[in-house]
Amino acid sequence: MDKVLYGNIKMTSRLLVEGSINTIDLINLSLKKAVENKKYNPFITVTQSEALQHSEDSCKRYISKGAKSELDGIPIAIKDNFCTRNIRTTCASKMLENFIPTYNATVCQRLFDAGAVLIGKTNLDQFAMGSGTVDSIYGPTKNVWIGNLKEGFYISGGSSGGSAVAVATGTCFAAIGSDTGGSTRNPASYCGVVGLKPTYGLVSRLGLIPLVNSMDVPGILTRTVDDCVIVLNTIAGFDPKDSTSVNRPFKKIRLPPANKLSIKNLKIGIPLEYHCDSLSSEVLDTWNDIAQLLEKEGAIVKKVSMPHTQYSIVCYSILNQCEVSSNMARYDGIEFGFRANEESSTEKLYAETRKIGFNEVVRNRIIAGNYFLLSRNYDKYFTKAMKVRRLIANDFDNVWNEVQMLLTPTTLGDAPLYKDFISKNNRDQCALQDYCTQPVNMAGVPAVSIPIKLSQKGLPLSLQLIGRNFSEPMLLALAKYIENIVQFPHFVNKF
Amino acid sequence: MLFRTRKIYKLSPLKRYYSNKTTHSNKWQTVVGLEVHAQINSVSKLFSGASTKFSSPVNTNVDLFDGAIPGTLPVLNKRCVEAGVLTALALNCRVSPVSLFDRKHYFYADMPAGYQITQQRLPLAVDGELQFQVYTPGVHKTPYKAKVRIKQLQLEQDSGKSIHDTHVTLVDLNRAGVPLIELVFDPDLKDGEEAAALVKELIHILRRINTCSCKMEEGALRVDANVSINRKGEALGTRTELKNIGSVRGVAAAVKYEIERQIKVKESGGAVVNETRAWDSVAKRTVVMRDKEVVQDYRFMPEPNLPPLCVAMGPVKQGTVNADELKAAIPELPEQIRQRLQGEVGLSAEHSIILVNDFCLLSIFEEALQKRRIDAKLLANVLLNDLNTILNKKNLEPEHIKCEADYFGEAIDLLQNGKINRTTLRIILEEVILDASTRPTKLVEEWGLFQISDERELRKLCEEVLGENEKVVKAYKLGKVKAFKALMGAVAAKTKNRADMAKCDAILKELVGNK
Repeated sequence: MDKVLYGNIKMTSRLLVEGSINTIDLINLSLKKAVENKKYNPFITVTQSEALQHSEDSCKRYISKGAKSELDGIPIAIKDNFCTRNIRTTCASKMLENFIPTYNATVCQRLFDAGAVLIGKTNLDQFAMGSGTVDSIYGPTKNVWIGNLKEGFYISGGSSGGSAVAVATGTCFAAIGSDTGGSTRNPASYCGVVGLKPTYGLVSRLGLIPLVNSMDVPGILTRTVDDCVIVLNTIAGFDPKDSTSVNRPFKKIRLPPANKLSIKNLKIGIPLEYHCDSLSSEVLDTWNDIAQLLEKEGAIVKKVSMPHTQYSIVCYSILNQCEVSSNMARYDGIEFGFRANEESSTEKLYAETRKIGFNEVVRNRIIAGNYFLLSRNYDKYFTKAMKVRRLIANDFDNVWNEVQMLLTPTTLGDAPLYKDFISKNNRDQCALQDYCTQPVNMAGVPAVSIPIKLSQKGLPLSLQLIGRNFSEPMLLALAKYIENIVQFPHFVNKF
Repeated sequence: MLFRTRKIYKLSPLKRYYSNKTTHSNKWQTVVGLEVHAQINSVSKLFSGASTKFSSPVNTNVDLFDGAIPGTLPVLNKRCVEAGVLTALALNCRVSPVSLFDRKHYFYADMPAGYQITQQRLPLAVDGELQFQVYTPGVHKTPYKAKVRIKQLQLEQDSGKSIHDTHVTLVDLNRAGVPLIELVFDPDLKDGEEAAALVKELIHILRRINTCSCKMEEGALRVDANVSINRKGEALGTRTELKNIGSVRGVAAAVKYEIERQIKVKESGGAVVNETRAWDSVAKRTVVMRDKEVVQDYRFMPEPNLPPLCVAMGPVKQGTVNADELKAAIPELPEQIRQRLQGEVGLSAEHSIILVNDFCLLSIFEEALQKRRIDAKLLANVLLNDLNTILNKKNLEPEHIKCEADYFGEAIDLLQNGKINRTTLRIILEEVILDASTRPTKLVEEWGLFQISDERELRKLCEEVLGENEKVVKAYKLGKVKAFKALMGAVAAKTKNRADMAKCDAILKELVGNK
């Protein structure tokens, strides 16, 4: 029975329909796993009682042959920056430590409507500002692949580290993350799971507590590409409550079996600029191997140039901080969230609330962002960064004239040790960690990280596929094709 | 609360008042500009579904978005875009095919997001122009036309309300996110009367196109004025901003006061400071609210949660609203009505201005004329003089009139055809405006108020009056011309004002001459 959780959604759904397992047992198992895996700290809140209630409801539906979808009764986890009705949503911050939303994010609502059972809210860097899941008031989330070292532990990556670990450990089948500069793909890469960043506008942001509105997208973490497709099919599509969601019908993606897929004559680009100085040789080799493999399988693999890539990270950083400074302005302790015990004046109340409620990373970004937005600096920083953002988007537009898809690293190496990771400050670390992931957010295009193999240390190595806007069907088909060939040794298969 | 009295317009002959404009006008040039916030007539807020109903219980018109609850997003209210475009077109603005929303940041307890969503960089419309009549009876001898340019028109959110008590501040978010149109006028005006006339014209227009209730007392229309003075030929002076102006006459008074204050300051060797001053309508003066020494940097940033706002026009059919369709639906605007009243109907400039100033009277006028063929000038005269006198006496507003417009038409008909005289007309009007159960003709009949026009009957009456007033007749004959008036008065009294006085005049003269 334990192994059910290590399988995939389709298989589990079949077992549930057949009646060979039931959702109550499945969810109990999942909750048991959550307790077992507490040592990795993937969850901020385990929603035990709600999960049990929902599993009973789901069980009744299966008995009356009225299951809502393939996801009915399937345990899932959601990053703790998506609002969930009556379930606290903390953003791993003191500011929202006791914030209980009265509404569901659209993504959550659609999953619940499909019958999926939430088992917990996952850990992240405070307000998703980070790439390690180390800056959480609930402590860091640890990588599961290698544990119990005297040097400490390896990081899970972030900021959706809790979601990646929840999925990698088989505590649940799928988890929702968010991706602003790589926050879904980065931990997916380090934890050895599939991480999809959909096209901007394909999935509603309503209820996702924003980091950078113009770049945020809900992300999906699963162990298989097929599972990822099932979740995407459930959450994608126009939402009238998100004016930036794309108003066109979403056609559900159906991928054929892996052996029916062909990549003959598929044009795949290798952008030279993604080969940066800090790229590890193991990732480079993996990149080369897969490029050669794809060529051997009939794809046309060619080198392409995206000349503005190197400028992307600094511009990303400026735009990020500007929007952060604006988005964080609402946390003043008046309407909701933490309020400092300071009543001498309204201004002092704001200041004290924000000083205690935010960590240093958040405060630094607010200060930097406000500086960039000052009227005397606006053109120098914000406008210029927007111009470069346009050039980066143009790089992508141009490259689609040559190729249909890009193959790049996701991260520059395998997961770093916690002590090494925190030796650099948040800004420098993000500049390294997000190098290959954030240009995608600047342009809005979709990308998926897929685990390829294990490094010499025994940590996952992953690669990223990038497609043009709304090319998820093709992107995920290629991901599935590669997945089938590389047969990544998933963590859950160790047992 | 002071009683408002309606102005009675004695128009013929016109009172020869002289302008009360300051005598400094040769020396000083005055520059006045307005910024107007008009609350859009809409059921729900600019970016949320919450109601905009006035005086709802505290914090009941609040959507999650209005409280800036994390994760919520703005959704633009289409009705507000319509109202904005309609207003822009009515003010001859150039509507932007694409406009953008910006965030304007500042911390304030009643602004939960820490920023206001407005349109700073690329507003909904720019470059408008409005012509309007400046005419305040008692101030201006004759009306004159003024022109003001509109710099920009933008959509933006209102803030909430802070209620300060001794120890606590309470916040009411009912108003937070209520849709506003902000109108920025170029400083093309020269005094308070022009500013008030502009606001009045704006109110007429916005009410006519139904984009704003313009109830200044509810804050639905808020007017800020910028005032500066400079010596002729010199550069513009430092300006002050006037806030808290609660009525149209307040605009005139506040600006007038501020101009005079600035002149006093400068003539006594002082300097005008760039500051915000509040109009105290009771003390009739402006007082310092806050100085602008600390320049706020609002750190404007494009609102990333709203795509560019597109307005369809011409060949471009894609957009939130269609400007061409809206333009076609704009009703006749006040200036057009005035032109028509003067041209087609033949009213004087003064009459047409005053009628258009009172929408309620105007609709009575137009409806009455539609129903029957009566003398339009006479009708206008009756409405603006006789009716206004009655309303004033009874402390009523034209809105309180209960009878339909044709009652006035019918009464005018009676007057025109000599069935009643002007005095009777007033008696009838006084009755029907509050009790419309009986029509004027019937009322005249029931009350026996038909005019006595029969020559023989009048002659008999006049003879009786002469018999009763021999002393007066004697005096008249001795050359005391005034005595004739007394005789006329006696006839009027005897007939309870029913006699056709024009005829009596002739008869009396004839009879007195005969004696």
